[in-house]
Amino acid sequence: MSFVFLIFVPLLAALFIPLLFKKFGRIHTGWFVLVVPVILFTYYVSLLPTTISGGNLVSEFQWIPSLDIAFVAYIDGLSLLFTLLITGIGALVVLYSIFYLDKHREQLHNFYVYLLMFMTAMLGIVQSDHLITLYLFWELTSISSFLLIGYWYTRDRSRFGALKSMMITVFGGLMMLGGFVLLSIMGDTYSIRELIPQAAELVTHDFFIWALVLVLLGAFTKSAQFPFYIWLPDAMEAPTPVSAYLHSATMVKAGLYLVARLTPVFAISGTWMWLVAGVGLFTMFWGSFFALKQKDLKGILAFSTVSQLGLIMSLLGASAAGYHVDNIAETTFKYAGFAAIFHLINHAVFKGSLFMIAGIVDHETGTRDIRKLGGLMSLMPISFTVAMIGAFSMAGLPPFGGFLSKEMFLTAMLSLTEFDLFSMDVWGILFPVVAWLGSVFTFIYSFYFVFHTFAGEHKPEQLPKPAHEAPIGMLISPVFLSLLVVVIFFIPNLVGDWFVKPAVLAMQPFLYTSPDEINIHVEAWHGPTPELFMTLGIVAIGFLMFWTLRKWQKSYDLFPDTLTLNALYDSVMFMSDTGANRFSRLYMTGFIRSYLVYMFSFVIFIVLGTLFLTDAFAIDFTNLAPVGFYEVVILIALVGSTLTILFSKSRLTGIIALGAVGYSVALFFVIFRAPDLALTQLVIETISVALFLLAFYHLPQISRKEERMRFRFGNALVAIGVGVTVTLVALSSLSQKALPSISEFYKETVYKEAGGGNIVNVILVDYRGFDTLFEIAVLGIAGIGIITMIKLRLTKKEDQHENK
Amino acid sequence: MRTNDVMLQTATKVVTFIILMFAVHIFFAGHYTPGGGFVGGLLTTSAIVLLMLAFDIETVKKILPINYVTMTAIGLLLALATASASIIFDVPFFTHAYDYFDLPLFGKTSLHSAMLFDAGVYLVVVGVTMTIIQTIGEDE
Repeated sequence: MSFVFLIFVPLLAALFIPLLFKKFGRIHTGWFVLVVPVILFTYYVSLLPTTISGGNLVSEFQWIPSLDIAFVAYIDGLSLLFTLLITGIGALVVLYSIFYLDKHREQLHNFYVYLLMFMTAMLGIVQSDHLITLYLFWELTSISSFLLIGYWYTRDRSRFGALKSMMITVFGGLMMLGGFVLLSIMGDTYSIRELIPQAAELVTHDFFIWALVLVLLGAFTKSAQFPFYIWLPDAMEAPTPVSAYLHSATMVKAGLYLVARLTPVFAISGTWMWLVAGVGLFTMFWGSFFALKQKDLKGILAFSTVSQLGLIMSLLGASAAGYHVDNIAETTFKYAGFAAIFHLINHAVFKGSLFMIAGIVDHETGTRDIRKLGGLMSLMPISFTVAMIGAFSMAGLPPFGGFLSKEMFLTAMLSLTEFDLFSMDVWGILFPVVAWLGSVFTFIYSFYFVFHTFAGEHKPEQLPKPAHEAPIGMLISPVFLSLLVVVIFFIPNLVGDWFVKPAVLAMQPFLYTSPDEINIHVEAWHGPTPELFMTLGIVAIGFLMFWTLRKWQKSYDLFPDTLTLNALYDSVMFMSDTGANRFSRLYMTGFIRSYLVYMFSFVIFIVLGTLFLTDAFAIDFTNLAPVGFYEVVILIALVGSTLTILFSKSRLTGIIALGAVGYSVALFFVIFRAPDLALTQLVIETISVALFLLAFYHLPQISRKEERMRFRFGNALVAIGVGVTVTLVALSSLSQKALPSISEFYKETVYKEAGGGNIVNVILVDYRGFDTLFEIAVLGIAGIGIITMIKLRLTKKEDQHENK
Repeated sequence: MRTNDVMLQTATKVVTFIILMFAVHIFFAGHYTPGGGFVGGLLTTSAIVLLMLAFDIETVKKILPINYVTMTAIGLLLALATASASIIFDVPFFTHAYDYFDLPLFGKTSLHSAMLFDAGVYLVVVGVTMTIIQTIGEDE
């Protein structure tokens, strides 16, 4: 089974969604969609035994062989783990969305098409071994998440959030493409697997540091690291199932995946370690600190996601340190990589459930403002329990999965201080300190989220809807996830053996050759170690600060709003908007004749300039064919009708004369034996004259002022210039015999290889089939554009009519 | 303003069919002699436009109750499906296949997958040009 095609299964399924939505409107479309991730998940689970034993699978499919671009699906521990998260949590999210989104009021067909598109993009990212296709899927996630975040497109905030997320992540993606290209230049391959063994040579290359920084920009923007995190809180305008999926389990983790995947390539460089670990840790602290400023439930979760992503990022950075240690088994560094992957799994599970709870609270009370909420504990007992489990896991308390990974995080950060490379002995002490501070705030916001919503005083008068427990269907997914949170705590080593160790093997191939060599045993009780005392400190200080939260939370408002990164983003966007507007107004006159002057002057400038610079004039009159009688006649007709256009007093004459020009050119094609062109030209002329006549009714008469149009010297100069340029190009190309004509190649191969007789048509459908495909796509888009432009105007007119 | 266009209407009734037949011929002939999906599509459009000029948009809509946007979509999908069908046979994207068959009535005929692709082009061309003409024509 070539599983590379499975990546496209969601995309293919998406084609049928609008149809299903229309035909089976009574059944919620989500039920059909649910089948896709469930089947994929079941299939990918069957690949687990291979990766558990440290093996991998490759399946590939050539896409553009001549450019060496192929879809290569590479399944090892790391990609399989992500694949299972994408399909598994995807299935739960779809199930949840069936109850969350109303089938009558929502445009489900749009929603699920975007969601399935996104699923394909994510599967593509985590399985691609080829850098170019990886980039392709990477940007596809940006686009599909743009559509998902802007799903309620009539709301201003949704459009703003969607645009912001796309601006930032696409910017990062483009930078990353640059990094990929540099990598491929250095290593002479697009394949990640082939780059890894070359790491030692790559690091000496001049481009190495550029590639490193560019790739990291891509990863940091996607994973919302400081200072690019600002898009994530605004992305919360998306429907909650989307937040639960994109912003907890999948898209934001793409950056983490990329860092993990490329660790073997870059770990050799100290810059990598410093940047990834440093930025990650700072993001962790920053995110957790500002989470407490938020009043919106999903806002709190967004900042907590930023913080948790930072935590995992810092661990990934620390894991790179393993490259520089001789005997890993003796040191505590080994924990970093393991903890990163382990926490990634934990985070996907508990954050998924927390987002779903935030959605349930929103759905059942009508608000997400934490100041209005409170005392929901007795009204929504199941949601409360789930929220508590998730939040306690996030705070790092036993007996929940998050406790284990947080302990390992502290271990890894402490171990960095013992590291005596890259001046870690001086600055290393910052790592555990910042990590501890971040953990304290994590503890506080976890409690803030759950207790300010569910405990305290119930204020029914402030809620838009009377609160009550969510329907069973909506609870299935979060309850299941919260069960997983508990289960992971009790069987951490099973999770470790099945998922974490194979992934660590993929991430640190320089340390291990099989998953069995990773001798890490996760224990809830690990003795009276420094980590335990740090945890006790977190709980004690965190609890104290949570208790007094109301007293000091107001101090957040003291931060000036004009000095935030968001304000910076807004002002940059505003400046570029107004700047572009002003610039456009300079040259956009609204008259087509001005634009034609621009275009034609540009053509003259470029073409004539190139001809002059490259000294390409080659005029050779020796080989000319005699000029026949018909040619002279058509030429006279051509010139005559052109002059008629120039001097015509009415539009009708002008249109007819223009048609005459077209037909004369078509006759030229006939004489010079290009029947295909002639045929097309004739039909096009006919239709465009008909179209002109249709539009004729709407055109104003040529006004009296224009009738006495004075001779314009500039326009005449441009017109003559174009004529001269085209003539020169034609004469030069006729005399140029440096290369043999390509028509010979076509003549020879058209019948043999493509089984056709008409060269033009064979080029269109076979040799240049891609061009044709995209051309008709462009044509289709243009048609839709015209419809929307004209129909939108119509509806506006109708509105005005109603208002009268 | 109502003009007497009996002559135009009578001629159109005959000419439209001639143009349509020619369009079909051109379309099928495309791979060996001048023609193809693009020109065939344009010719078909010109036949419909002629109908619209001789009668009016509403009448033509009744005769040909076609949603041209759907037609465009079907054309695009057909072209894409032909191109990607090659994946099933494990050859690079866009590889065409052809062979010669002895068909009843036609004799030795070449059947080419490029024709399906061309049919997609045909549908898109007709769909888009008619969409444009119809929307502009209906816009008062």
